[in-house]
Amino acid sequence: MNLAKRKSVAEDRVFNIVIYTIAAVLIIIVLYPLIFVLSASFSDPNQIINGGLWLLPKGFTLDAYTKVFHDADIWNSYKNTVLYTTVGTIINIILTTLIAYPLSRRDLPGRNLFMIIITFTMFFQGGIIPTYLIVQNLGMVNTFWAMVIPNAIATYNVIVMRTFFQTSIPWELQEAAQIDGCTNFKLFLKVILPLSKPIIAVMVLFYAVGHWNSFFDALIYLQDDTLYPLQLVLREILIQNQAAYLDELGSFGMADQALLAESMKYAIIIIASLPVLILYPFIQRHFVKGVMIGSIKG
Amino acid sequence: MGLRTERAQKGAKKIAPAIKPKKRLWKQIIKRYDLYLMLILPLAWYIIFQYGPMYGLQIAFKDYLPLNGFWGSRWVGFEYFHRFFSSYYFWRLIKNTVLIKLISLIFAFPIPILLALLVNEIKNNRYKKFLQNVTYIPHFISVVVIVGMLNLFLDPESGLINIILEHIGIHPVAFMEKASWFKPLFISSNIWTNMGWQSIIYIAALSGIDPQLYEAARVDGASRLRRIWHISIPGILPTIIILLILDIGHFMDIGFEKILLMQNDLNMASSDVIATFNYRTGILNGEYSYTTAIGLFDAIINFALLILINQIARKKTSTSLW
Repeated sequence: MNLAKRKSVAEDRVFNIVIYTIAAVLIIIVLYPLIFVLSASFSDPNQIINGGLWLLPKGFTLDAYTKVFHDADIWNSYKNTVLYTTVGTIINIILTTLIAYPLSRRDLPGRNLFMIIITFTMFFQGGIIPTYLIVQNLGMVNTFWAMVIPNAIATYNVIVMRTFFQTSIPWELQEAAQIDGCTNFKLFLKVILPLSKPIIAVMVLFYAVGHWNSFFDALIYLQDDTLYPLQLVLREILIQNQAAYLDELGSFGMADQALLAESMKYAIIIIASLPVLILYPFIQRHFVKGVMIGSIKG
Repeated sequence: MGLRTERAQKGAKKIAPAIKPKKRLWKQIIKRYDLYLMLILPLAWYIIFQYGPMYGLQIAFKDYLPLNGFWGSRWVGFEYFHRFFSSYYFWRLIKNTVLIKLISLIFAFPIPILLALLVNEIKNNRYKKFLQNVTYIPHFISVVVIVGMLNLFLDPESGLINIILEHIGIHPVAFMEKASWFKPLFISSNIWTNMGWQSIIYIAALSGIDPQLYEAARVDGASRLRRIWHISIPGILPTIIILLILDIGHFMDIGFEKILLMQNDLNMASSDVIATFNYRTGILNGEYSYTTAIGLFDAIINFALLILINQIARKKTSTSLW
């Protein structure tokens, strides 16, 4: 018996060592590229290209950031993204709440029909081209509206929010308010919304991060580059290697230009991801909550 | 007898609100008119931006001319479908789409499950939280930045990976321009991005398992691996099945935005999929009817697969979407 116990303790220890090691490897795999990008953005580009950089910045410099901050295209697109994200998220929240609440009411005749209508769209869609043609017919192509209207509701989020209303707000409370002569709309404004701050926070985060990171709608709907969001400009710089912004580096020699362009890429990545990553520690808890609520119904 | 009818009447009265005769229903609807008013705007959006495109799918069978609109264009039957099926690109597109999905199902789908099981076994709470928080981060990075990072790291001259390869005496490889490297890179970077985020649901499911089960198994002398095998995995099996159904239901939906970003003339042979072909031919070249037909073909296969897999799951495991 004693021997068996000792054996199981030893087994447990080996098991723990294996598990903690795998976890450590995973953490390194995820973090290393991110730290490298951060360090590279502060480093002398010569060091990056020659492999002198491994973890911490080598030849610390802020050149890349200075250059990025002086680029008019990048700033303009940054402004656009902030605008699309703010307005788009407000529209998202209003529409999502307006549909999620009535559909959460168990006493609403016809709500199952409405639910079928909206959930069907999760599994079958008209596709890119017909959607594009609708947006085009509405005259939204190449306008601000194309960035905030066609994606105004995400059905998954409607379902998450509806589940929250159904499970987190006591039905008795709503019944009591109605008996007191409260109209449904007043009930919604005065009772439901104040109780829904946590889910609204989750929705703001889901939608806002979506807007901030999206590029495809902009790619198909926008032609005018003064309307471009940040992600499209990033695509040109990082992926298509379009060096329009290099012209502004006139004071440097050719070789230096190419070099600086390299470290600018790292700086741009940091600047583009920073708002989300700075907020990350505060918001990840909420995001996780959102996924959990969604999975209850799942 | 009399008593019985009285009782029956009483019963009927009780059931009455549930049955809702017509007049009652109207009353109920009118009483909640403001709830319906709230629905107007969002439902209008669904009709225009979700059902509008579905109505527009008819141009798959028509020669769409913008002047004539969806309805007024001339019918051509299955012409575009025939054209697609006999197209030079047809098999290449199908092969790439199906292969990317299958490889993802085999390699990427199980990773979040394994990660969740790993997280569940870590007893040190701070380490556990740290692991979780770190693995969630990439989910918040945009696709453009992720593909941008791939480009930077894999650059044949200045990329970190090739610098390392050179150090150990291997010739640099232009990974992003090699067709053979496209699928491994696409899928492994997907795993890097999504494993943490997708593990959340499994972790939640694992936390719902009764701790007494583990305790009982421990007393019976089951090793930790055995406990994972006999308690943890069966405990989250319904969740796994639901997510598998959803994944297969979006069979053709393989992260096309990222493929588009990773695609270039040199890796086309293994990166061109139905959705990217559609984007090029439809949006860039304006062949609206042809690409709508291809999109419809794609959507129907997805939908059929979803129904099929859901049916199978319901029969075999009693877990299903509906």
